[in-house]
Amino acid sequence: MERYETQAVVIGGGATGAGTLRDLSLRGIKSILIEKDDIASGTTGRNHGLLHSGARYAVKDLESARECISENRILKKIARHCIEDTGGLFVTLPEDDPVYHNELLEGCKISDINAREISIKEALRLEPNLNHNILSAIWVPDGTIDPFRLAASNILDAKEHGAGILTHTMVTGLELKSGGNIVRAADEKGNQIEIRCDLVINAAGVWGQHVCSLGGIELKMFPSKGSMLIIDYRINNIVVNRCRKPSDGDIIVPGDTVSLIGTTSREIDYSRIEELRVDDDEIDVLLEDGEKLIPNVSKTRALRAYCGVRPLVAISGETMGRNISRGIVLIDHSERDGAEGLITIAGGKLMTYRLMAEMTADLACSKLGTGGRCRTAKTPLPGSEKKISERKNVRAFTGISQSVVGSTLYRHGLRVQDILKRDKKNYRLICECEMVTEGEAEYAIKKLDVKNIIDLRRRTRIGMGPCQGELCAYRSAGLFADFGIYRPEKSIELLYNFLEERWKGIKPVLWGDGLRESEFTYWIYEGLLGIGEIKFDDDPGDGDGV
Amino acid sequence: MIKLENISFDHCIKCTVCTIYCPVARVTHLFPGPKQSGPDAERLRIKNPGLVDESLKYCTNCKRCEIACPSDVRIADIIQDAKWKYVKKGFFRPRDFFMSRTDLAGSLGTIFSPLANFLFSFFPVKILMDLFLKIPYKRSYPAYERGTFRRKFKKLAARQKTFEKKAVYFHGCYVNYNNHSLGTDLVRVMNAMGVGVELVREKCCGVPLIANGYLEKAKKNALFNISSLSGAAAGKGLKIISTSSSCTYALKHEYSHLLDMDNTGIYNSIEYVTKFIFDRFEEGARPPLRPVSIRAAYHSPCHLERLGGVMYTIDLLKKIPGLDLIILHSECCGISGTYGFKREYYQISQDVGYQLFRRIEEADPEIVITDCETCRMQIEMNTKYRVMHPVSVLAMALGDER
Repeated sequence: MERYETQAVVIGGGATGAGTLRDLSLRGIKSILIEKDDIASGTTGRNHGLLHSGARYAVKDLESARECISENRILKKIARHCIEDTGGLFVTLPEDDPVYHNELLEGCKISDINAREISIKEALRLEPNLNHNILSAIWVPDGTIDPFRLAASNILDAKEHGAGILTHTMVTGLELKSGGNIVRAADEKGNQIEIRCDLVINAAGVWGQHVCSLGGIELKMFPSKGSMLIIDYRINNIVVNRCRKPSDGDIIVPGDTVSLIGTTSREIDYSRIEELRVDDDEIDVLLEDGEKLIPNVSKTRALRAYCGVRPLVAISGETMGRNISRGIVLIDHSERDGAEGLITIAGGKLMTYRLMAEMTADLACSKLGTGGRCRTAKTPLPGSEKKISERKNVRAFTGISQSVVGSTLYRHGLRVQDILKRDKKNYRLICECEMVTEGEAEYAIKKLDVKNIIDLRRRTRIGMGPCQGELCAYRSAGLFADFGIYRPEKSIELLYNFLEERWKGIKPVLWGDGLRESEFTYWIYEGLLGIGEIKFDDDPGDGDGV
Repeated sequence: MIKLENISFDHCIKCTVCTIYCPVARVTHLFPGPKQSGPDAERLRIKNPGLVDESLKYCTNCKRCEIACPSDVRIADIIQDAKWKYVKKGFFRPRDFFMSRTDLAGSLGTIFSPLANFLFSFFPVKILMDLFLKIPYKRSYPAYERGTFRRKFKKLAARQKTFEKKAVYFHGCYVNYNNHSLGTDLVRVMNAMGVGVELVREKCCGVPLIANGYLEKAKKNALFNISSLSGAAAGKGLKIISTSSSCTYALKHEYSHLLDMDNTGIYNSIEYVTKFIFDRFEEGARPPLRPVSIRAAYHSPCHLERLGGVMYTIDLLKKIPGLDLIILHSECCGISGTYGFKREYYQISQDVGYQLFRRIEEADPEIVITDCETCRMQIEMNTKYRVMHPVSVLAMALGDER
């Protein structure tokens, strides 16, 4: 049994939890974050990575629109290395209601979003692959944001300000009593952990219903599933939105080296949130509607499909997926349920994670009676301290190929200085699709709370390229043993789990080149290496540290 | 930004067989290999053109990766394209300028041929060229002929009119300036098969221009050649033949793949010479051949392999009586046109060719046969053997009668 004592415990390692942990740490409040899986492994990492300008909400939900644009401006300053300022378009297709175009412009004006109508010719110049039959186009300050990096940077900064983090640790019990709450948890090896704290912050998103129930409190979530499709490479360099009422398949986002077609919206039962899968008809819808925005997109290679659950909280009676407000819900359970030491933060969007964290930390501070003012709107995340000059960095690392320096810089910002040192092994390539070096993997494993290859993927993009782990999986598995993190036998288990995880997202889109690639991968791991024959030790206590 | 039509890189399944086949990656760690420089890096370059690696310059464009690729990815094209689209070019590069303008250098060289040949083999001059132009002093240069092949052809032209069947000969710079006898051998072989040879106006095919990044100039040449050749091809239904495997490959494939030129008008008419001869032989126009009694080793050039022409050359050689033929293991000779003439690549070029030279020496033939003019330069410089073109060997079997 491990015992800790702290001021606040944050449950949930998504963007909101990570942001809250950082906010509290910057205000000098001692806190620990508990996450049952990995940082950004839930809803945070399962969306299309759009840096909303707010225009999407400007017609129906002005409050969300205003929140988005104000956070958009803040994030562009504090999280430079997680963001690409691509700009976005709203295009009207011949079958769309042209009235929406004017409503959108009007809504953007009211919400202070810098949107402007541009000529079709200009739109096609900005995005040559766009459908040439569009009727009108509006430029908006959309961008892209990498949720994995965003959450990991928040955690990193919090840790550098004294916070603690426990990933792969499941909360098993909440004892809420005035004068000292107890959070019980168990890690993957079965070790019991007990944390005594003044305040518990439930930032577990859709899983918040379960967390509350541990404390005997009822909170009703309405999970809504959204599915997305990833395309092998960037077919567009600028976000393309369809100018119509929010609906399925109305956006294509360029994210790092790939493009994503999003999204669907389907209500699902809370009991099924752990066994989500993408349905075949969702893929059809995404490809069909994607094709309308960018013709021929369905002919490119689909890498994988995945889905996430929107954490919509039901406050009043609404139950429909797209109609429930996506606004922020901050609950002080002392008022609602008489539980003094519990706060729940839910709803909202990835875009507003910082604002949600600020609101939560404000409430937490007032309850704890300590802490200073929020600094997260001004203080840049680690790696984004200064404007990043690609050319300067490429020059600083002469001898290392530009694609490696550029990719590492893109992912870690100024922290590239800690990664690409003048040691040859630091720039040996582990992942050739995404240019991940051994140095970057080492940095991630040792500094960014990586426990397995799946976690490593979220920090570095290993296995996220067209080969989906074909060549990088076994190389990175070996690294865990090389760095003395695990025994070689455990590394093989990590490899197995990683391949299974990749396989899950490939299955829904198994055709064409992706199918050929999968066959080849299968041949390597099953035919050549015989991974299916290996029996893994079931004793959970046996597999860890050397 | 990527045009959605041009996405062969998307078919890559990362099997890495191209890198195994890459002769450059085998000898130097400076080049990460075709997979990484081609399809892998293309995704990154689409995302951000700044992510271009300077190591692209080590690619020789031998196209062996494309031969190896089971997924039909145009790897070498992707690399060539990226090299000149993204890598920064110097303002004026005197060496590359003259080296890539083989027709300009050739015209000057043939006018002053005795002087030029003396200077280019005079050691102090070579040292100076090494110092100032970065052309390695160890390299030997092809000698220039006196006058051009086209001028020589004028004497033969009258006789060509007597043949009912005709073909257009794209002689290329090498025959025109450096090797007239190959041209005259070709004419003899064609005549012996009952085919008259026609020349049309032509410019350098553009291979050295593409290799040195003068794409606009290459496009101009391509446009000139396409219009000049299509007049003959489409207008009279004649075949266009070439004795250079690289010229043939450029006319047939690189014009459309790399230079975005429309060469459909000539595409079906272009043939490498041994394919044309093969077809004529099949039709029964096989002239009587005398035994040559020579032991020869055949080296297949990379571009001819990519073109799919090696089997026709081998078939032709096998039909020559008395030719004791050793077919060498397929290796790149390493020169890759102007690549081996540059100081920064010279050692790589030599290392690539080493295996081939060794195999030739083991075979110890009387002559080496190959289809490519620069392979010939490389082999002659690095081994003690004389190198001949298959057409010249065939011409030898025809005897001396006129």
